[in-house]
Parts: sequence; C-alpha cells; structure tokens
Amino acid sequence: MRPKRVTFRHRWLPYALIAPQIVITIVFFLWPASQAIYQSVLRQDAFGLRTEFVGMANFERLFSDPLYLESFWTTIAFSALVASLSMGIALILAVMADRVIRTATAYRTLLIWPYAVAPAVAGVLWWFLFNPTIGIAAYAMDALGYDWNHYVKGSDAMALIVIASAWRQVSYNFLFFLAGLQAIPRSLTEAAAIDSAGPLRRFWTIQLPLLSPTVFFLIVVNVVYAFFETFGVVHATTSGGPGQATNILVYKVWRDAFEGLNLGSSAAQSVILMVIVIALTAIQFRYIERRVEY
Amino acid sequence: MTLYRTTTATAVAALMAAAPAFAQTEIQLWHAMGGALGEKVEEIASGFNEMQDDYTVVPTYKGDYTENMTAAIAAFRAGEQPHIVQVFEVGTATMMAAEGAVRPVQAVMDNADIEWDSEVYVPAVKSYYTTPDGDMLSLPFNSSTPVMWYNRDLLDEAGVTEVPQTWDEMFAAAEALQANGHDCAFSFGWQSWVMIENYLAWHDQPIGTMENGFAGLETELVFDESDDLTELLQRIADSQENGTFQYGGRRGDSLPLFTSGECAMWMNSSAYYAGISEQAEFEFGQAMLPINTEAAEEPQNSIIGGATLWVLEGHVDEEYQGVAEFFNYLSSPEVQADWHQASGYVPITTAAYELSQEQGFYESNPGTDTAIKQLSLNEPTPNSKGLRFGNYVQVRDIINEELEDLWAGNQTAAEALAEAAARGNMLLRDFEDAND
Repeated sequence: MRPKRVTFRHRWLPYALIAPQIVITIVFFLWPASQAIYQSVLRQDAFGLRTEFVGMANFERLFSDPLYLESFWTTIAFSALVASLSMGIALILAVMADRVIRTATAYRTLLIWPYAVAPAVAGVLWWFLFNPTIGIAAYAMDALGYDWNHYVKGSDAMALIVIASAWRQVSYNFLFFLAGLQAIPRSLTEAAAIDSAGPLRRFWTIQLPLLSPTVFFLIVVNVVYAFFETFGVVHATTSGGPGQATNILVYKVWRDAFEGLNLGSSAAQSVILMVIVIALTAIQFRYIERRVEY
Repeated sequence: MTLYRTTTATAVAALMAAAPAFAQTEIQLWHAMGGALGEKVEEIASGFNEMQDDYTVVPTYKGDYTENMTAAIAAFRAGEQPHIVQVFEVGTATMMAAEGAVRPVQAVMDNADIEWDSEVYVPAVKSYYTTPDGDMLSLPFNSSTPVMWYNRDLLDEAGVTEVPQTWDEMFAAAEALQANGHDCAFSFGWQSWVMIENYLAWHDQPIGTMENGFAGLETELVFDESDDLTELLQRIADSQENGTFQYGGRRGDSLPLFTSGECAMWMNSSAYYAGISEQAEFEFGQAMLPINTEAAEEPQNSIIGGATLWVLEGHVDEEYQGVAEFFNYLSSPEVQADWHQASGYVPITTAAYELSQEQGFYESNPGTDTAIKQLSLNEPTPNSKGLRFGNYVQVRDIINEELEDLWAGNQTAAEALAEAAARGNMLLRDFEDAND
C-alpha cells in the first residue's frame, strides 16, 4: 500500500502555509534561546560595555553553590505540592460537577473563573488574606490557636505560595478532568451500578483508570507551570524569603537578571531550565503517544 | 461660516509660520515616582517648561526603582536611552562603573552655560554621590534617612514620658509597655539599610573596607566585625521570645505593624510621613535613631537612601544644556522646599531647608526636620558618608535572607553576619572582575 500523500499544486504553497509558524518559532523561541546560550558563556557588565568570554565558568559557579542546589530541592518540593494540591482539588470538584445536572453551566463558569486572574494579582490577593497583621485568614488561624507568620516561618511562606499558585491552576485542571469524565461512556458506570457497585467503587475501578491519560497529561502541565510560571506569585508575596525558603529556580533567574543585572549567571540558569523543560516535554510526548490505559 | 474658515486658515498659517520659533528640544526623564509623587514630578517638569521656551522636559514613569533602572540600561544597549534617569542609591556603583554610558553631573554643569555651585547641596546628601576628588556624579533628587517613628498614645499609657534615645532605653520602654499589657515594643523595615548600614554609620564604624567602597573596587564587607552590632542583633532576636520585637517582612512590609498600633515604635524611612499620617489613628511622632551606648557616646550622622538623577551619554551638546538648566531649576530653593514639604524627602540644598524654616513648616509639622537634623549632625566621616558597593541590590537580598534565618532562630547573629559578609564579598569580587 502506498503511503497517503497530499499533493499541492504549487511547490511553494506548503512552505508558505507553514511560514508564519516558522517565523514565530524563530523570533520568539529559537532566537531568544540562542541568545541565552550565547550570554551564558559570557561575563558582561550591566551596560554591555565590557564583555569577556568565560566558557563554562557561569555553570561551574552555579553547581558549586550549595544555595543553588538547595533551590533545586525547594523547586521540586514546591512543584510536587502545587501539582498534587491543584489536581486533587480539581478532581474532587470535577467529579462533583459531573453529577450536577441543574445549573451545571453556572458552577462550571465559577470554577473556571480564577484561571483568568493574573499570577501577580493572585499573589497580592493571597498576600492580603494571609498578612500576619491585617490578613483575615491569619486572624482566623490566630483564633484557632495557630500563630501564622510567613515573614519568619519558612513553612508558612511555602504554604502561602503553594496555595496561591495552586488556586489558579485548579480551574485549568478542573476543565480537563470534567471533559475526561464526560468522555467516559455512561453505559460502563451504569452497568457497574447495576452490579451494585457504590459511587466510590465506581470511581476507583472505572472512572479513575479511564482518566489516567488526562492525569498524566496534567501532571506534566502542572509541573511545567510550577517550574516556570509562578514567578509572579513569588514576587508579589515572599520575594523568595524568609531566608531561602521560597527561592525557586525561576524566581532566581529573574532576580539575578533584573535586580542583580548579572546577565551571564542568569542566562546560564535559563539554559539549565531550558534543558529541564525539554526533558519534561519529551516525557510528556512519550506518555501521551503511548496513551496510558488499563 | 466663511469668516470662520478664514480665521482658522489664518490661525493655522500663523502657527506654521511661528513653528520654527517653537522648535523645542525634548529632554526625556525616566523616573520611578508613582502616585502622588509622580504627579509632583509632572508638576516640576511643567513648571520648568512654562518658565522658558527652548526645552521641554518629558517625564515618564517606568515602574519601581529596579524596573526604571533596568529599562534605562536596556534602552542604552539598544541606543534609545533617555537623557536623565532616576537611579536608587544602591545602583550608584553600577552607574559609576559604566564609564562611557554615564556623563557625570559635574561635567554636564561645568560645560553648560549656567551659573552653578555644587556647595549649595547638603553635605551628607552630596557626599554619597561624589567622587573622592569632589566631583558630583549625579544630582540628588529624593533622599530620605531612617528615623524612629513612635506611637505617642501607647508610650503615654505605659508611662514612658521620654522617647527612648538609647537602645537600653528602648528595652526599658519595652518592659514598661509589657507591664501595661502591650507586647510588641518595636519593629523595623529595610533591615539592611536601617539596622546594618545606618547603625554602623550612626556609630561611626565601617560597613566595608576602603571607605565603604568609595576608594576602590577591591573593597570588602566588614560589618560582621562589629561586636556591638552582633550583640545588639542577638539581643533583638532573643527579645522575640516575649514579643518585644516582631519581624514584619522586607522593605516597608512591616508598616501595618506600626499603623495598626501593634508595635509602639518603628524604624524606617522619614519618607513614610505621608503614609503614616494617612493611616495612623493615634498621635505619632518621629525621633532620632537610638544610640547604643556600648559603641559610642554621641551619634555621628545617618546615611541617606532614595534616588538621584543620572545623565546618560549619547545625545548632542545642545540637549545637555537643557539638562543643566533643568537641574538648576530643580535645585532652586522654592522648587526644593515645595518638593520636600509635599513628599517627606529631605531638602537637598541648605537654602531649601532654611526657606522651609522661614515658612514655618517645621512648627506646624513638628518632627519633620528629624531626618535633615540626623543627616547634618556632624561632618560625614569615611564611615558615614555612604557606601559604594557593586552588586549591592543582591547583597541586600543576601542580608535579608541571613537576618531572616536569625529571626527564625535558625542561626545566631554572629553566624548571620559572617555568612552575609562572606556571600556578599563573593558578589563584590564578581563586580570587580566584570568592571576591571
């Protein structure tokens, strides 16, 4: 059998059709990425007046810095917490929304809403709620006997940025879980119900296994989100403190470049993050292509 | 209708004919003053624009200090830089090192066709931005200094009639407050600036070698060598146990601790005047920073924070004439006194200070001259004229991190200061390497 082929009448037409995408990829991805790689082997003053080639020195410096290595662990813990919290809550909400029949659209709209809030705005919002002096959430915890102070306690600060980051992501996860649940044929769950399986059992033995492709997809998306898009939340709430407690990798990239004006080190960190995101994408493709199913 | 058209046509023709006479040169000014302060900057610029016909100063708000500076640097790299950019005090070393990108204010003023004397500026303000040879690098614009804000009502209730002047009196006041059932005696913001840089200047001790970095790039941080500072910070950390001190976050994040009445005293910039008068529902005042009698009998002088105006290279000579004229206008006693009284920043010229006195501003707003008094207490020494360290924005972040680990009880004051100095010194060496 001959492979299926699409024939274009003009030779240039297929190239013209993909040209916009190619241009966008070059301008917004390949060019900045190559600049980052180029900058990562240089040492330059802020104004770019003196440039010196330093080879791998920026990388060696990073990997011999115990605080940078610590920041890796902080980021991994942060990502794991954000992904599990936002996915856990989203799944519960999706299962419940799937059962709602009346005014389902209203519930769904309200649950998707937070996704439209910019990370920095979400950060400021939670900052106000949890401010140890004037925050209502901190006040409520004080009444329950817990002395909340994310300015001093690293664990409180971590909890704050996890909540603020996860809150926004719940909406996104909810959408995918709900779509996944609605794609499961009713006949399967109904048959199980006839065999006297309760709602919980139906969830564990039928719905969750059939949702596994969605779960894997969302794990990757959420980890990527926690790794790369949470800078605004950290900037607006803890600035990486107290101590190093919430100094995640992407925040350090921003801080070294825009506050420290140390472009070489910041570019080296970007390159390291780029390697991580490429690895995560490769993993995602592997799993998505295989379509995990039981 | 015809008449109307004719009139319009004539007006247009007249305007076009007159246009060359209005060929004003634009001077771009990028600043970081948001809100009410930003409006004040606009007002100063339009005051200058109305006064003469040759130049138009165009102020643009570019975000906070960091964003403004980064924007100007990025613009310079792209060849689109403004004439004037406002840079905060810790960016001084970076700007100074950028020879070829920055034109010293001294050169701008000396080359311009104007009358100008650098002696009119308040020494403690000017010294921060002057080379060892006495050349002014940038024009002081908004400068403040940390003072001690106090809650008169809380102190009165506890029977503390005299505002504490020494650290021992601070802790004594804390005991009196606690006997009266009030936990938190004091807090502070911008801890590196207030509790390390200003503490050391106030007690005439060095922050770093080589005149706090003024004399060269090979400077090293030595704030960990002050025994009395180490002891004081440890004492403050220990006092958290009974709630005497409460840490409220970086920068000005701890302001609500003071304005809500939770802490009776708060050490931070004098420029919080407007904010505190708006929010505080109690009688408040400002006093000089307390002195540690272990370290010195009398205070030296405090150092400033805030920002100055830097002139960037890459424009034609005629435009620098406009910059010089604008700077001269900005330094005039009337403009400065008005800016000082509206903003809470210190007056940058002695004449503006005297004018504010004559106008009776300090009598109707008691305590508002605390900052300028602190700054002009004594002739600045090499320890108290300011600091000039490269990568200092990051060094301050390091100091924040290490002090937070002290407040959280993860390390002692000696460990925190030693670690901060060691990590800071690595950044100073980087800066030296990149700028040698």
